[in-house]
Amino acid sequence: MSDIAPTRPVPVTTEPPLVRALLIGLAVAFVALFLFAPLVTVFAEALAEGGRGVIAALSLPDARAAIAMTLTIAAIAVPLNAVFGIAAAWAIAKFDFRGKAVLITLIDLPFSVSPVVAGLTLVLLFGANSALGAWLMANDIRIVFALPGIVLATLFVTFPFVARELIPVMIEQGRAEEEAALTLGAPGWRIFLTVTLPNTRWALLYGVLLSNARAMGEFGAVAVVSGKIRGETATMPTMVEMFYNEYLSVAAFSLAAVLALLALLTLLLKSLLEWRHADLLAATRRH
Amino acid sequence: MYHTIQIGAHTLAQGTFIRSLGDGRIEIDAGHARLSGRPVADPKPPAAGGVLGALRTALTAAPLRGGILAAVAALGLVMAGPTPAAAQDSVEILNVSYDPTREFYRDYNALFTAWWTAQGNAPVTIRQSHGGAGAQARAVIDGLAATVVTLALSADIDQIAERTGRIPADWQSRLPHNAAPYASTIVFLVREGNPRGIADWDDLVAEGVQVITPNPKTSGGARWNFLAAWAYADRNGLDPREFVGALYRNVPVLDTGARGATTTFTQRGIGHVLLAWENEAFLALAELGEDAFDIVVPSVSILAEPPVSLVDGNITSDAQRAAAEAYLAHLYSPEAQALALRHHYRARDTSLAAPDDVARFPELELVTIAEFGGWSVVQPAFFGDGGIFDQIYEE
Repeated sequence: MSDIAPTRPVPVTTEPPLVRALLIGLAVAFVALFLFAPLVTVFAEALAEGGRGVIAALSLPDARAAIAMTLTIAAIAVPLNAVFGIAAAWAIAKFDFRGKAVLITLIDLPFSVSPVVAGLTLVLLFGANSALGAWLMANDIRIVFALPGIVLATLFVTFPFVARELIPVMIEQGRAEEEAALTLGAPGWRIFLTVTLPNTRWALLYGVLLSNARAMGEFGAVAVVSGKIRGETATMPTMVEMFYNEYLSVAAFSLAAVLALLALLTLLLKSLLEWRHADLLAATRRH
Repeated sequence: MYHTIQIGAHTLAQGTFIRSLGDGRIEIDAGHARLSGRPVADPKPPAAGGVLGALRTALTAAPLRGGILAAVAALGLVMAGPTPAAAQDSVEILNVSYDPTREFYRDYNALFTAWWTAQGNAPVTIRQSHGGAGAQARAVIDGLAATVVTLALSADIDQIAERTGRIPADWQSRLPHNAAPYASTIVFLVREGNPRGIADWDDLVAEGVQVITPNPKTSGGARWNFLAAWAYADRNGLDPREFVGALYRNVPVLDTGARGATTTFTQRGIGHVLLAWENEAFLALAELGEDAFDIVVPSVSILAEPPVSLVDGNITSDAQRAAAEAYLAHLYSPEAQALALRHHYRARDTSLAAPDDVARFPELELVTIAEFGGWSVVQPAFFGDGGIFDQIYEE
């Protein structure tokens, strides 16, 4: 990591105040225009008919089903990815084996593959036109256009988050503590629970939060495999699009506001973590 | 005026009156066949459907359940009259439809479930999926478990039939009017006051006019748009290929479905004219205000007939089949036709419709798909891989 902390106070800048003000102003204007304004618009549109409109919109059966669907998907996909991420990071950081570089590259794959392509591959793999899909359908097992397909798509796009957060932290911490535990006779499972996991818990939590935010917000991959069945396979982001396309602007933006609130909550949690445990985080890694 | 008759427990047909058969039944010309049955004067369908349906369900279940039990059950159901036909399972219908039917089917589903349960049937859950017709057909081919498909044109249902075998090849003869319960056409939606002075198709190829229409590869409405423009050129002694090519050079963006294109035009403010389903254009006026947009009716357009079909291969139970068949057949009932008219579709039975809903439709010359040789010819020649659309778009 590149934490080059200055050893003694030096003048921060030698630029004239005007340049500083201009640069800061530019940055603030940019953030206000491209980040803050859209967020405000979402809430303003949602509240166009007052708080009652929002409540009415969110109590529509389709909206409630979409919220339940998104929470269900996150509840399945995020823990699975946490387990996978920990296992992958543990294997990569603490052991040497052939093909390690390939594994690291594979973990990054979802970052580089377009979510739509990811969704389409699932349809090709499990759709009725593949041998596997035909067999599944014959046995009345539904993968695509049903919950399992959406969970798979979400798993794919959120794959890297936990592992990517954990690997650098684990590598940085090295293997000395684990080796010490091993010489003291601790079995592998205990080493993991009492040494490795506590050392990396903040990175893990951070990875889980990021993974959760993406799982709830994913549109492209989910839209392809969902089949757009209202009240059944529609998630919050796909339902937002449907409402918007049906001239139900208040409903669309109310649901979007809930999504935004969930995202803000995630950010808040993350900031809270960083603030409360600043020293611990600094000891491991700074974001 | 069209007459509606009852030709089966759940099946209605419409056509022009031919003669009365004396025993209370009449004969009608339904377009593809002469049919006879009792006229449906009172929109309430006969109560026998529920009992007959129940009996049929019980009888077909008999070999599985053991004779006595089934006989008792059947007797019980008959004795009880119109009681839930298939209380053993909750029946679900998934209607995979195209883009602009969202509002119509939301209302029709409520109408149908009310009618269906009033018949003494177990309540059904109806789910909807909407998108570009081509994309929706693709999803059904890939395994989306549609019970019924209600798409923008027959070529899309043909695709499903051909590629999956889940729909019989003769599906279009199973319901009246080539299985199209309602029709529509293609009109122009322009911004208030028609600042570009667009009056007919030839105004769309003018320099600098931006035309919004979806992608014919994924959208059924877009294919009707394409053919309507083609028909205009053909009627007016222009080279259709060149004319349509010039039109598509004025298209800045191709959305995947009709609703996406409407949103692009109305909400995002892109383009000068939207080629729209007539029902979609009326809906945009109703939703967004009459003072924001104007409808322009061209001199010639196309008679677009969006068909419906059961997806036989996806039916899992007799109860589901009965409900799904009734769901489609009831689209032809006078009250459903009135509902379609209210949602700006050109439905055929106007007996229960509000006069305003009927009077709204402008008169214009409508070319039929038959003039092009039918969808089985048009689909591969115009919109297949390497077809005329591909050639035009590459230029």
